[in-house]
Amino acid sequence: MSTKPKKQKMNKDVLKRILGYMLKNYKWQFLLVVICIIVTAVCTLQSTLFTRTLIDDYITPMLASGSPDYGPLAKRLVQLAGVLLIGVITAYSYNRIMVNISQGTMERLRVDLFTHMESLPIKYFDTHAHGDIMSVYTNDVDTLRQLIGQSIPQVINSTMTIITTFTSMVILNIPLTIVSVCMVMIMLKVSGQLGGRSRGYFISQQKDLGAVNGYIEEMLTGQKVVKVFNHEKKAIEDFDKLNGNLRESANNANKYANIMMPVMANIGNISYVLCAVIGAALALRGYFGLTLGTLVSFLSLNKSFSMPVTQVSNQIASIISAMAGAERVFRMMDEPSEFDEGYVELVRIEEDAQGNITETDRNTGKWAWRHPHKAEGTVTYQRLQGKVNMYNVDFSYDGKKTVLHDISIDAEPGQKIAFVGSTGAGKTTITNLINRFYDIADGKIRYDDININKIRKQDLRRSLGMVLQDTHLFTGTVMENIRYGRLDATDEECMEAAMLARADSFIRRLPNGYNTMLKGDGGNLSQGQRQLLAIARCAVANPPAMILDEATSSIDSRTEKMVQEGMDALMEGRTTFVIAHRLSTVRNSDCIMVLEQGRIIERGTHDELIEKKGRYYQLYTGSQITE
Amino acid sequence: MIKRFLQEVGEYKRDTILTPIFTAAEVVMEVLIPYVTAMIIDQGINAGDMNAVLKYGGLMVIMAFCSLFFGFQAGRHAAAAATGFAKNLRADMYRHIQEFSFSNIDKFSTAGLVTRMTTDVTNVQNAFQMIIRIAVRPPLMLTISVIMCFVISPDLSTIFLVAIAVLAFALIIIMMNAMTTFNVVFTKYDALNASVQENVSAIRVVKAFVREDHENSKFKEAAGNLKKLFVKAESIIAFNNPAMMLVVYGCIIALSWFGAHHVVAKTITTGNLTSMFSYVMSILMSLMMLSMVFVMITLSLASIKRIYEVLIEEPDLKDPAQPVTEVADGSIDFNHVSFAYRQGTGDNVLKDIDLHIHSGETIGILGPTGSGKSTFVSLISRLYDATEGEVCVGGRNVKDYAMETLRDKVSVVLQNNVLFSGTILDNLRWGNPNASEEECIAACRLACADEFIDRMPDGYNTHIEQG
Repeated sequence: MSTKPKKQKMNKDVLKRILGYMLKNYKWQFLLVVICIIVTAVCTLQSTLFTRTLIDDYITPMLASGSPDYGPLAKRLVQLAGVLLIGVITAYSYNRIMVNISQGTMERLRVDLFTHMESLPIKYFDTHAHGDIMSVYTNDVDTLRQLIGQSIPQVINSTMTIITTFTSMVILNIPLTIVSVCMVMIMLKVSGQLGGRSRGYFISQQKDLGAVNGYIEEMLTGQKVVKVFNHEKKAIEDFDKLNGNLRESANNANKYANIMMPVMANIGNISYVLCAVIGAALALRGYFGLTLGTLVSFLSLNKSFSMPVTQVSNQIASIISAMAGAERVFRMMDEPSEFDEGYVELVRIEEDAQGNITETDRNTGKWAWRHPHKAEGTVTYQRLQGKVNMYNVDFSYDGKKTVLHDISIDAEPGQKIAFVGSTGAGKTTITNLINRFYDIADGKIRYDDININKIRKQDLRRSLGMVLQDTHLFTGTVMENIRYGRLDATDEECMEAAMLARADSFIRRLPNGYNTMLKGDGGNLSQGQRQLLAIARCAVANPPAMILDEATSSIDSRTEKMVQEGMDALMEGRTTFVIAHRLSTVRNSDCIMVLEQGRIIERGTHDELIEKKGRYYQLYTGSQITE
Repeated sequence: MIKRFLQEVGEYKRDTILTPIFTAAEVVMEVLIPYVTAMIIDQGINAGDMNAVLKYGGLMVIMAFCSLFFGFQAGRHAAAAATGFAKNLRADMYRHIQEFSFSNIDKFSTAGLVTRMTTDVTNVQNAFQMIIRIAVRPPLMLTISVIMCFVISPDLSTIFLVAIAVLAFALIIIMMNAMTTFNVVFTKYDALNASVQENVSAIRVVKAFVREDHENSKFKEAAGNLKKLFVKAESIIAFNNPAMMLVVYGCIIALSWFGAHHVVAKTITTGNLTSMFSYVMSILMSLMMLSMVFVMITLSLASIKRIYEVLIEEPDLKDPAQPVTEVADGSIDFNHVSFAYRQGTGDNVLKDIDLHIHSGETIGILGPTGSGKSTFVSLISRLYDATEGEVCVGGRNVKDYAMETLRDKVSVVLQNNVLFSGTILDNLRWGNPNASEEECIAACRLACADEFIDRMPDGYNTHIEQG
């Protein structure tokens, strides 16, 4: 029970936040909408009130006189037409402005959500199912569209009606007003109760929808595996279970939302009867100066008082589901971004004959670390070299289980360092620490003798090229995908990089060469071709240090040899960390680290390690046999 | 198309039929209640008769409870019918997608299929509920009111007929315009979601190359374009409400003018005119509701079409009419096989392959990247069909087998490994759902994977997320 009030409070905050979002950029437009709604409401009121005027002021006198004069009526009708036309125009205006406001707010929300997502640490993506993240964009953001576009104007409209009616009611008769207000209180109480239940189910509905979304996406991504393992039946069974859950919660959520309307309307009817009976009793005894005529007018007010309450409660369903969606949207937005306390920046430099360094905007191909010293207020520059040292590094993904123990590495500029070891030994993890995808638990990592915690993350990553274990390409042309490495690279530079990576020849054989469109993560290319592209992408970035994670693992031997040549050229003068299963590819490394269970158990050159006849020797000779 | 969708009602037929019936009963109560209120005023309050007030008041309370009961039932069944309909629709789509070949899936894209099965189905679910629950109400109210009007004055009623015709025409124009724009909107929406998906799965690449800003500006542009289109589509819909009001007001003015003449000419009474006004309101209220239903349907029509496209998509690969369920032996024959991913382009990945492998042989296939090795293997388990020639397993064309049999007998280890959310054990059991834990562990030992699994926090029960 103690958690319930807290939840409701959170809900209120969510609503506040959405309104804040909407009002931030559209304060004046929204004010205009409110004004237009008021004008429209007043005009609509005119049309309902006109019946009485028509009969009392025009028809009755005309019936009485022998020769009816239609002139005044015609004049009055033209006047009315004018007023109503204004109502139509304001109605269109607020509908139209609301489109701008709701779509503008949606756009900002999407962009903010995306921008924030891009800033989240890798860990977030490790711990959240990708389908769940997608569902926030597709399902949850959508529910807000209805809230902003429809529910909010409706609520304002109803509020206006309630205020005007209430004022008229107070003027007519206070005791009956109290009765009506009491009944409306009951309506609000009941709608609160029903709404509370509905809300719980709407939240679980959004959650179940997310689960279905995630499941479908996962199964489609792995469709090949599903098919070759004949897993369709199981996939359908699991889906049916999730689908059933979704129906269950959607059914309950909608049920409570649906019965809201009849419940409200009929409490309204009972309120009407109560007022009629009490009013009649009062009027017949002449209490409170209540005449029968006033009672009749009051009763019609009673109806128009409870109607907007019913209408608002009818909107509750969509408000509730929007709240459930918004909570998930804001939860993602509240995830802490990657924390960056670095202040050392990477800058382009020019060097004169004396070796003095000056900062420049020109593309000189030379870089330096810009190191501000707060205490003295001075700035020093240090040439970017690509030296990487690790000192006694420990690391754990979850803070509990240490996966890397006491790792120390010295990579001088231009050296090639190789990591070998069995799957899960921690090879990839080490490289993910160097570019700070994850932060270390203990020890130190230095890049060009600067603690990497002091370097701005984006500059650190810019100074490190990466070819990842699984290749991801983006929708766009081949050229655009290569240029991803360096956005200001010219077409010629991209082609040079492709040539270096030996990707040029296959690209030229594609239907549109470098302008071939890639879709769905480069699904129309073979695995090896995609890797060649990833290497070209890294080559065009031209970083002083590189991480190649199993880059050659799924390229056949002939292509591998080609890539190897390109790689060797690319590695010239660069510090390189290589992770490869095929030991033949790491033979020429300056230093080979053999990892086992998160520890470096052997290190040295190929010849040294072979001589040692240790684990590497076993792996090497073993692999020779199986390969 | 409608027929296809009605099939999805399935076991929820009872709920679907009961909803309009209860709604109709509710509407009857709603129409009757104003009569009783008129009684309370005319015979009770105006006549100063307290007993009559109590009598009709009591009657109205009883009717209110009846109306509540009907409304409650209608709401309950409507929810059951609509959500059940959506469930069946999703299940059907999912089953159908399971039969899709890769080119079928590529046609819609993964993101596209996901949106179709979630957002679009939710849209259709809401529209369905709206139709069975609310759509019965306005036509019924409309019919009753129009009949009453004609009873009072056929002359004045022609005003309504003209108004309804004008309105219907306006609504159709609005709807048709909105539809075309919404179709474009949804395509763009898919593309936007696809780019989000791309970023989620390639987040390491984005971060490694420090391309967050680049991706952000790409997304911003796409979201901006989407917004523009949405604004365009919804501004057409924004005409709906004012158009309605224009017609209502026109009716009121026309009725005032002509009504006044009729009353003065004594063809109708003042009371009749007042009733006519209240019927105008109820007719136009129904039309207002109807237009809301139209908007909902308009919005969902695009969704309906998108769902329908998935449902009618013919899977490229189909089981034969009389499938063979036994594989005789492990022999594999390629008889002059050619294959192109896109048929008719002449871009053959495999050209005239003629190869015969005997049962039990181990065959190595060599060649540079992109030379067609994976494609070659894919044809054996019939992930694609050969463009020319025939592929035979156990001496029979692969097209003769039930796909399940074929894929059960031909095991594949794929190049890029996809793991699924669940424990490691769950993932292992993909190979054989009935495998015991011991068998799974033994298999891991064979694949030399036991070592790293043992080091996971919960061993074989470690939960892994996708990828």
